Amino acid sequence: MGYRNLFPREIFAELERIQRDMDRNIGRSPSIRGPSKGYPAMNVGTTSGSVEIYAFVPGLEPSSLDVQIEKGMLSISGERNADAVPEGTTVHISERFSGKFRRLVSLPEDIDSGKASASYRDGLLHVSVPRREAVLPRRIEVH
Amino acid sequence: MSNVKAEAEKENAIIPPVDVVEDSKGIVLYADFPGVPKEKLDIHVEGETLTLEGEMGLVMPEGMEAIHVDIDLPRYRRVFTLSSELDSGKISAEFSHGVLKLFIPKAEHAQPRKISVQVS
Repeated sequence: MGYRNLFPREIFAELERIQRDMDRNIGRSPSIRGPSKGYPAMNVGTTSGSVEIYAFVPGLEPSSLDVQIEKGMLSISGERNADAVPEGTTVHISERFSGKFRRLVSLPEDIDSGKASASYRDGLLHVSVPRREAVLPRRIEVH
Repeated sequence: MSNVKAEAEKENAIIPPVDVVEDSKGIVLYADFPGVPKEKLDIHVEGETLTLEGEMGLVMPEGMEAIHVDIDLPRYRRVFTLSSELDSGKISAEFSHGVLKLFIPKAEHAQPRKISVQVS
């Protein structure tokens, strides 16, 4: 199964792109906290056995990422420092996120937070939280 | 028909955010490509057009159902127009943890120099 099938929402991406282009051209920011989407961008999916969280956090050292599960909430936080701009350098475009970030995801009740695992590769953080076995769909034999 | 579809699919890509700074030696561009492995990053120059492309190398678990989606496309693309004083043949690139750093040097002939004006 391809990526497209899992997230078949290109129309929204297209609308968002148009919105982003408009924001960029007009220079407006509808929310007082800036663009409505938080940083980092995240995808969350569920399977019958786990909850899978993907956070797009490029350019960090894995050890600087703080991933916690507390009271059914997964929190991902860290800090991305902007590269210092040396003297005599002109900044033409500055779009990349810098500063502290924190994002929360509410997890289903049946997760087993003690068995969660996380990996960081190519700037993508992947957290996998298994669900407790008792609530997995189970077929009951009829004799 | 398949060409039309391929063309439409080509249109749908995430625009990676960039930082661009310039000094007397050249231009440095940083671009975020989270989720893209090095071998799926494609940087090419055609004439004065610089194209940055990347495909995500995500492997999703079988049977996953999306419940929240910020990133709904598996690829990035962004195109820039270079100017003639930049030496596109000498671009160098580094890629680490999903961040591309590109250095585009200025050509020798673009260094400051005095131009004499002749009056006939």
